[in-house]
Amino acid sequence: MKNKLLARMARLGGLSSALLLAGCEMDVLDPKGPVGDGVKSLIATSTIAMLIVVVPTIILSLAFAWHYRQSNTSAEYLPKWSHSNKVELIIWGVPSLIILFLAVITYQTSHSLDPYKPLEAEATTKPLHVEVVALDWKWLFIYPEQGIATVNQLAIPVNTPVDFVITSDSVMNSFFIPRLGSMIYAMAGMQTQLHLLASEPGDYLGESANYSGRGFSDMKFRTLAVSGDEFNAWVDKVKSSSEQLDGQTYPKLAAPSEANPVEYFAHVEPGLFNTIVAKYNNGMVMDKSTGKMLQVQQSAMSDMNMKE
Amino acid sequence: MLGRLSFSAIPLDVPILVGTFLGVAIIGLAVLGLITYYGKWGYLWKEWFTTVDHKRLAVMYVVLALVALFRGFADAIMMRTQLAMAYAGNPGYLPPHHYDQIFSAHGTIMIFFLAMAFMTGLFNFVVPLQIGARDVAFPFLNNLSFWMTAIAFILVNVSLFIGEFSQCGWLAYPPLSETQFSPGVGVDYYIWAIQLSGVGTLLTGVNFFVTIVKMRAPGMTWMRMPVFTWTAFCASILIMVSFPVLTVAVALLGLDRYFGMHFFTNDGGGNQMLYLSLIWAWGHPEVYILVIPAFGVFSEVVPAFSGKPLFGYGTMVYATCSIMVLSFIVWVHHFFTMGAGPDVNAFFGIATMIISIPTGVKLFNWMFTMYKGRVQFHACMYWAVGFMVTFTIGGMTGVMMAIPGADFVLHNSLFLIAHFHNVIIGGVYFGYICGMNFWFPKVMGFKMNETWGIRAFWFWFVGFYFAFVPLYVLGFDGMTRRMNHYDNPQWHVLMLIAEVGAVLILLGIVCQLTQLYVTIRDRNLPANRDVTGDPWNGRALEWSTSSPPPPYNFAIVPHVHELDAFMHDKENGIDTRGAGGPYAPIHMPKNTAAGFLVGAFSFIFGFAAVWYIWWLAALGLIGVIGTIIARSANKDIDYYIPAEEVARIENEHSRKLMAQAAE
Amino acid sequence: MAHDTTVQTAGHDEHHHESPVVFGFWVYLMTDCIIFGSLFAVFAVLHNQVNGGPSGRDLFEYKGLAEETALLLISSITYGFGMIAAHKNEISKVIMWLGVTFLLGLGFVGLELSEFAHMIHEGNGPDRSAFLSSFFTLVSTHGLHVTCGLIWIVTLIVQLMGTTEIPERMMSKLTCLSLFWHFLDIVWICVFTYVYLASMI
Repeated sequence: MKNKLLARMARLGGLSSALLLAGCEMDVLDPKGPVGDGVKSLIATSTIAMLIVVVPTIILSLAFAWHYRQSNTSAEYLPKWSHSNKVELIIWGVPSLIILFLAVITYQTSHSLDPYKPLEAEATTKPLHVEVVALDWKWLFIYPEQGIATVNQLAIPVNTPVDFVITSDSVMNSFFIPRLGSMIYAMAGMQTQLHLLASEPGDYLGESANYSGRGFSDMKFRTLAVSGDEFNAWVDKVKSSSEQLDGQTYPKLAAPSEANPVEYFAHVEPGLFNTIVAKYNNGMVMDKSTGKMLQVQQSAMSDMNMKE
Repeated sequence: MLGRLSFSAIPLDVPILVGTFLGVAIIGLAVLGLITYYGKWGYLWKEWFTTVDHKRLAVMYVVLALVALFRGFADAIMMRTQLAMAYAGNPGYLPPHHYDQIFSAHGTIMIFFLAMAFMTGLFNFVVPLQIGARDVAFPFLNNLSFWMTAIAFILVNVSLFIGEFSQCGWLAYPPLSETQFSPGVGVDYYIWAIQLSGVGTLLTGVNFFVTIVKMRAPGMTWMRMPVFTWTAFCASILIMVSFPVLTVAVALLGLDRYFGMHFFTNDGGGNQMLYLSLIWAWGHPEVYILVIPAFGVFSEVVPAFSGKPLFGYGTMVYATCSIMVLSFIVWVHHFFTMGAGPDVNAFFGIATMIISIPTGVKLFNWMFTMYKGRVQFHACMYWAVGFMVTFTIGGMTGVMMAIPGADFVLHNSLFLIAHFHNVIIGGVYFGYICGMNFWFPKVMGFKMNETWGIRAFWFWFVGFYFAFVPLYVLGFDGMTRRMNHYDNPQWHVLMLIAEVGAVLILLGIVCQLTQLYVTIRDRNLPANRDVTGDPWNGRALEWSTSSPPPPYNFAIVPHVHELDAFMHDKENGIDTRGAGGPYAPIHMPKNTAAGFLVGAFSFIFGFAAVWYIWWLAALGLIGVIGTIIARSANKDIDYYIPAEEVARIENEHSRKLMAQAAE
Repeated sequence: MAHDTTVQTAGHDEHHHESPVVFGFWVYLMTDCIIFGSLFAVFAVLHNQVNGGPSGRDLFEYKGLAEETALLLISSITYGFGMIAAHKNEISKVIMWLGVTFLLGLGFVGLELSEFAHMIHEGNGPDRSAFLSSFFTLVSTHGLHVTCGLIWIVTLIVQLMGTTEIPERMMSKLTCLSLFWHFLDIVWICVFTYVYLASMI
């Protein structure tokens, strides 16, 4: 593990040299996907821009304090001097210019790194759809196209954009895979979106970044970024499980549990995700593609509500 | 009869709490015993608990803040110790149920009862003196504000031993804080503590706003007002505008919990993000409420110890006011990750960054105050320069987090924890301690011990970096806040370094206590006495009276001719005091038990409401209303200090001044 | 709350600060205004969240509403008469007008409570939906303020009884209560327009 990381770092050395903290094995600063790369270079650029003011400020604070110390009688002493237009111009001007620069970057990256924006790779590669449900205290991943579901394990093929739709069937959580980039909240009755891509195979930590109660610390999952073939093999493995996820078995899964083990479900009732969202909206759910409100079937709803 | 309170609410099964309880009980009984033994109850009641003198209330606020510091810091070091232990399968010594209460209490106590109380203490002491007033506009309300804050703090601490505290973090985000997920009394303790202390804070805000608008000495125009008073003014406005929003947010959460309403619940049409908007519409101005007065402290301290006026007074005032205004349009940066559109995020991100411009200007102003000055390395200056270095870094990481793209990986991580401790410790705490060292002789009549003050500074300064730089790194490492245990060996090393930092800060607090002890022990040494009332060759009016000031502050209300009024008078040979008179009788407010009683009844009300003991809650409420009505009917609320008495006090001080000058 | 004397500067100083009580109370009312503002904002966000239950259009009735509004508006006028009498130092008239204002206010609170009781009885209490939570909270916060005003009126009537002149401190209490009472009138007009009329139209 350690060696593998070191090898990767050596490869990434050139990239991260921009950062003062380069070379550290830090998840966020050693990303494995384009979103993370974008965030990293944004952090690096903004840090450098700010250091233009920050470093002189710190040095001058110390230098002025030292040079004009009381015992240094050779230093000039102007007991009345308290105003200078020139100095004022610089101390307002320079920070303003840097903030102007950062504002431009902020505006651009708010758009380019918008979690809701599909990745550019989607033009060439068909994205994988994953529906994520935060439960007490575990993550449920539904693969609608494959008809399978897992708990606390997410497998994704490398170099394939993954479109996440995220909700919660409990309190607020935040869905976060540090190596891949951005996080987004998971909230009951609401659907948030996130677009990520893993450009390198690996086993990445996934977690909740928003405290959600007693079992929060163990609300972790593994993200397996694998090749296309390995992914298909993994799907087959999940399909060979004897478990099913539907209106009857879901309440049992949704009941609070801590440090939940990985679970595989060979079959998922279609529309389960919408049912979970609709539970908190009087049976209504917003269709992601059209933005229209749809009514979820009543029978599915009543099954779900029985557990409440 | 007792609602949901039963004997099982006392956590006898948690040895840490039983031990703490015994410790608190023994110390408490010892203190009570000593007071009784020395027969000081009457003195405490007459001179302190019922006082309406802003100077006495200031001391009480600072004592409250220091007690809160011990409680809050005990929580902090317990958390660090837990995380230094709890990795790779080791559960540590604090199970989630206990640990979650500790981090919730830590945040709540540090913000509401350490920082707010300390700040109010400084306001109380300094503002009336700086503007040449004899007291605040509403002395009785000032006393009431103190008691509301104090009883709210007691309520939080009662939760240690009866029931539990909130396990939902210091802002109690719903739906976690709703009855469905947190059925216990913890969140209710939180709600009532916030609401009761909120009454106190709001009244403080109104009080100081009116004091500054209406009670400035003649000649003190707005642009002749000392910078600390300006910052108190801006913070008071922020309090008045933002605390009502906090009251609403927490009240609605309470309605959800007590009456089954649906403001922030998952079901029934509730909207949890509405709570986030409301709470941060208060929460972001709140951090400026805390830090702006700290800026004010530095604006007084740096000129005093540089032997120069503040560089760019006008700039400082405009910068403070623009920070005040901007702080209201940035709150969404606390939840960029909720999935608002990129334009919304960009707007709030850029608005946040703009605040760093006036803040940066302030730093440069202090720097250029030292420039071509004669910087005296008093303990205060250590805190000030330490602040300038540390706060700059905190500001930088703040701007980083204001960029939505970066926030998407840094949000809720330990990077965030490091950032706000960087500004709260490096800005707010350093500032308030600096202010305490600066104004202590004015309050007590003798100076604080410097050696121990400087030692305390170094432990705090170095301890801060040890405790929080690892947290910055851990944030980049993907470690989120509020984790109880983890299994990543890389995180463990950094957590151990952070623990070392916490221990260094502990030593810093020990040094501060020693400093207080040595200061009081050596108070009568001639070198420590502040005979003149002006130990630092000060610039504003508070240094023109004696130390400690007489109850009426100024026998003759001073006339202000210039910015830095007292310095101007000293340089031009004007006697600000108007020594020799003629003196007139001075109209003063009488002490009153009403504030204490309202506080006590509010405490009963709050405690009863937490436990659903409705008859007791009704009694508490009737007590509050009855006391206020009785107070309103009381005609015996003021008195006059006779002119002869004023003359006696003043002549005594003049005699001391002349003796000092003769030496 | 703000009935207090202030520390005045020496009586013989050439400048004289007037009592800041009324100004202070006015400032306090502005903070109260922010509480109402926040509650209006909450209502604006949640007023469509009816959770399958009734909306404002289904629930609100013109009749009771018109009566409530009339009572409160007239009570503002009667309080105004009370203030005129106070300036003329006619204590019995002040007490009489305060009494009338009290009865009108009491009528308002009574009507409001009966409206609430009716809604809760029909199963449309504040726990029915987010819309009703925000409706009940906003309107009853106003109602609670009126109730506080009623207690305050009684307190002042009792304090005025048997006196022969109105000292400065009493005058500023009457002025503060007057500000409070008119303020509640203004808030009610906003509630009336924004909560009731806007939902009924």
